[in-house]
Amino acid sequence: MSTLTTSELIAWISTAADSLAEHAAELTDLDAAIGDADHGTNMKRGMRAAADAVADAEFETPAALAKKVGMSLVSAVGGASGPLYGTFFLRFAQGAGDAADLDAEALAAALDAAAAGVAQRGKADIGEKTMLDALRPAADAAKEAAAEGADITAMLTAAVAAAREGRDAVIDSVATKGRASYVGERAKGHIDPGSQSAVLLLEALQAAVGAAA
Amino acid sequence: MTGIVVVSHSPALARAAVDLAMEMVRGEGPPIEIAAGTADGSTGTDAAAISAAIETVTSGEDAPGAVVLCDIGSAVLSAQMALEFLDPQVAERVILSDAPLVEGLIGAVVTASAGAGAEAVAEEAGRAVDAKRSQIAS
Repeated sequence: MSTLTTSELIAWISTAADSLAEHAAELTDLDAAIGDADHGTNMKRGMRAAADAVADAEFETPAALAKKVGMSLVSAVGGASGPLYGTFFLRFAQGAGDAADLDAEALAAALDAAAAGVAQRGKADIGEKTMLDALRPAADAAKEAAAEGADITAMLTAAVAAAREGRDAVIDSVATKGRASYVGERAKGHIDPGSQSAVLLLEALQAAVGAAA
Repeated sequence: MTGIVVVSHSPALARAAVDLAMEMVRGEGPPIEIAAGTADGSTGTDAAAISAAIETVTSGEDAPGAVVLCDIGSAVLSAQMALEFLDPQVAERVILSDAPLVEGLIGAVVTASAGAGAEAVAEEAGRAVDAKRSQIAS
């Protein structure tokens, strides 16, 4: 696939809402181990609200759509993921600019801006066992693939693989951000729930693109 | 008067904290807005609601400043995001307090109702935990 249209992006959000609902119990279990056991419920509610907000609407640009998704998440998620994923989509919108469709390079730029926004909002660095550990490598892999001339399908395959790898790389780390930092050494051996929801979000994009291709 | 915004995961908690603080002042007290719970009323915080609350308490004719008091975790992240949604001319008059919600709110409401500006209100809110600390230590 060479470009993403707003209807494919709407499919992304709808797929993500289904996926986060399906995995809500799993995310909450992960969060119960090292956090405050609300991540699954919050993300399920937030992505459903975002999917509903964009389902029947018309958007002139991917940026306008991503902005709507971001503001929906900000108002509906409730926990720290609200401002974090809200920022992800608002910065995705900025990164996408005013293009009517996103080619591989524009999508990579949007994902890069989105990951940078999350880092800034959460004052997080890579390796601190947060959603950034999936989002940053994914954005880097997307940029690299786009620079090498990959199409969107191939680029997202690389991005999702990098996100999973990044998530798994911090399983044995302690967390230094958010509530998970309170449990110290006990966080070791647990998947970070934020990195897992980030992988699900990117897998949903890959699935939506795959279904459209 | 300096406005106060109460950011909480729980609307009930925010209302009760405001009621308690208002018992400490005579008269109307400062403008206070609550931004608590998500858009659908679930537990959580909502940056859009917080920025709307800040706009309300700073919209007076004398263009006062405001102090935002937060409860736990995401309340701070949401409040920081809310500041970015605001007109910079409004945002520069707003202070995010690091005080604990109940103690800070009481200090802030009392100080604001005496006519203090946002900086003095935030400073008093920040000192509010000291009284408890010295009470327990003595």
